[in-house]
Amino acid sequence: MTGVIDIKETYFSRFSELERALGEREGSPLHRLRQLAIERFAELGFPTTDDEEWRFTNVAPLAQVSFRLPAANEPPAVELKQLLPSWLQAAAGPRLVFVNGRMIPTWSNTDGLPPGVVVTSLGQRLATGAVPAPLGRYADFDVHPFVALNTAFFREGAVVALPKGCVLTDPIHLVWISAAAGEPIMTHPRHLILAGVQTQARIVESYFGPEGAVYFTNAVTEVVLEESAIVEHTKVQQESTEAFHLAAVQVHQDRDSRFTSHAIALGGGLVRNDINVILDAPGTEATLNGLYVGTGRQLIDNHTRIDHARPHGASHELYKGILDGQARGVFNGKIYVHPGAQKTDAKQTNKTLLLSDEAQINSKPQLEIYADDVKCTHGATIGQVAEDMLFYLRTRGIGQDEARRLLTFAFANEVLERLSVEPLRAWLEARFLQSPTAGRETHR
Amino acid sequence: MLTIFNLHARVGDNEILKGVNLKVRAGEVHAIMGPNGSGKSTLAGVLAGRDVFEVTEGDVLFDGKNLLEMDPEERAREGVFLAFQYPVEIPGVSNTYFLKAAVNAIRKHRGLEELDAMDFMNLMKEKLKILHIDEDLLKRPVNEGFSGGEKKRNEIFQMAVLEPRLCILDETDSGLDIDALRTVADGVNALRSPDRAFLVITHYQRLLNYIVPDKVHVLFDGRIVKSGGKELALELESKGYGWIEEELAHAARA
Repeated sequence: MTGVIDIKETYFSRFSELERALGEREGSPLHRLRQLAIERFAELGFPTTDDEEWRFTNVAPLAQVSFRLPAANEPPAVELKQLLPSWLQAAAGPRLVFVNGRMIPTWSNTDGLPPGVVVTSLGQRLATGAVPAPLGRYADFDVHPFVALNTAFFREGAVVALPKGCVLTDPIHLVWISAAAGEPIMTHPRHLILAGVQTQARIVESYFGPEGAVYFTNAVTEVVLEESAIVEHTKVQQESTEAFHLAAVQVHQDRDSRFTSHAIALGGGLVRNDINVILDAPGTEATLNGLYVGTGRQLIDNHTRIDHARPHGASHELYKGILDGQARGVFNGKIYVHPGAQKTDAKQTNKTLLLSDEAQINSKPQLEIYADDVKCTHGATIGQVAEDMLFYLRTRGIGQDEARRLLTFAFANEVLERLSVEPLRAWLEARFLQSPTAGRETHR
Repeated sequence: MLTIFNLHARVGDNEILKGVNLKVRAGEVHAIMGPNGSGKSTLAGVLAGRDVFEVTEGDVLFDGKNLLEMDPEERAREGVFLAFQYPVEIPGVSNTYFLKAAVNAIRKHRGLEELDAMDFMNLMKEKLKILHIDEDLLKRPVNEGFSGGEKKRNEIFQMAVLEPRLCILDETDSGLDIDALRTVADGVNALRSPDRAFLVITHYQRLLNYIVPDKVHVLFDGRIVKSGGKELALELESKGYGWIEEELAHAARA
């Protein structure tokens, strides 16, 4: 297929542009990493629906757009204030704000952090020639073409490192905004979170762009939890409904650590989220909560994989989807219990609310168990708004539309009430109570 | 207040109500009794607007307005309240939020201003006090994980908050122990007033020891076949429903 060759050529020529712009020394570790990654991408190419991992998600529309790299310090096409929702403006805590792939110091703030804590721009780190050691060690680009692409192209993101025993009360916000004028841009955010022994922190990643804009966000986040670390990772994705959002979160857990993820997907035209968690020591616990809302022609794909590699690990997973219009959802939850991972306790639940006849969900639990003393359960439900609940609310004077909104909110609230970042939770609650599909209206 | 005239209703091809006639005036308490399958809950459902029931004939007037033409929410806003036999659990919605939406929808319909958070909480506290219900109820999701008695009490609490003019109690006593029954009955009695009417649907006479009716009707095979005072309920309790059947058969032969 000539189309495929063309699109690869585009990415190769973008890669050459990047090499020229960065001027990284040939043979330096970073340059070597990029080289390997782009070569691997060349071999893998974009996935097709023949690939089991991409069966329901056709990325052909992504290959039809020729994305450019944003220029250095390319100004936002719209005023930032308009793009940042009120919850983010109200939220406390240090933050790094990135616009069109660059960190904006005037919008960022890392004052008042305890001594020894690092919250810094990856770009600034790279500019000094220092590559944070474990970068690229966990997010494997061998099988995932978009992780390969990110590894070849990343130049900005956050490096967060917490020294032993550090407890942060306020969450750290990592805000990624795509708002460029002209030809569609692509950015490859790369975040690295290193939580040392007995640390505790909350990280909030958020993604925004002006409604209607076409762009490509291809994010990779690596999270490493050392012994007894507790990390809560919240991701709020509110991209333009014309945008492409692909993101992979790779989590590595050491002994007795606890990881919680809240993945909230509201925007994006074509969305794919991968979360892979490796419970690589005894006594670890991982909780994955997810809420995705699709309307119009949005496609939202959530792939999660939890590797129970050692004994006495627990994982809890709850993903809920609300789909309206012609939106499509994909949920694929893999739980892999390795030989020897005895006393594993894994529970997975996926529930979908379909608000229209044309909305669709493909839900697939995937349990592979190679240990014999484990407890693994999974369940999936797909349904409409319950008529008996609707009638009950109406007999109390609540109008049909409001009753529907209330029940949709109730469905979402099982995930929302677990959010610990209060301004975000309150904002989402208000949004859901306002409109049944709390995403944005599509302008088609 | 409520006039039911020759009401026929069915589910699918199955005719359940076969010509119900009933008149209820403001301030009155009417009990509707009858054996299982006689159409008691269908009558309650038709009055509340449950759409599985199809009305094929007859009229229902509420304060002179055609009740059957209204959506369930309109009926509620006009002042009709159904206490469910099986209250529905709504996980994820707190009682507070639910009742606030209901109160304000009804107030809006009546041309009143919506209550703000403070006034609403004061109203809740006042009603909880009357019914001796703990404030915890407000934070809990609607009926989720409630015991049978708690669910029925929540129905009466909602009734107290929404201040309807016509209260329909659909087998509110079923499955309640005597203490829960008393609590529910006390709640209903506290709400009795000259401009409010009650339609108490029950299978047993027991509830009527606590909620004393002005009139008792026997619903049998989709019709009201006998009406009387509160003593009729006692008669049904001691003799069962069999004698009504015999009386009807006798009348048919004559």
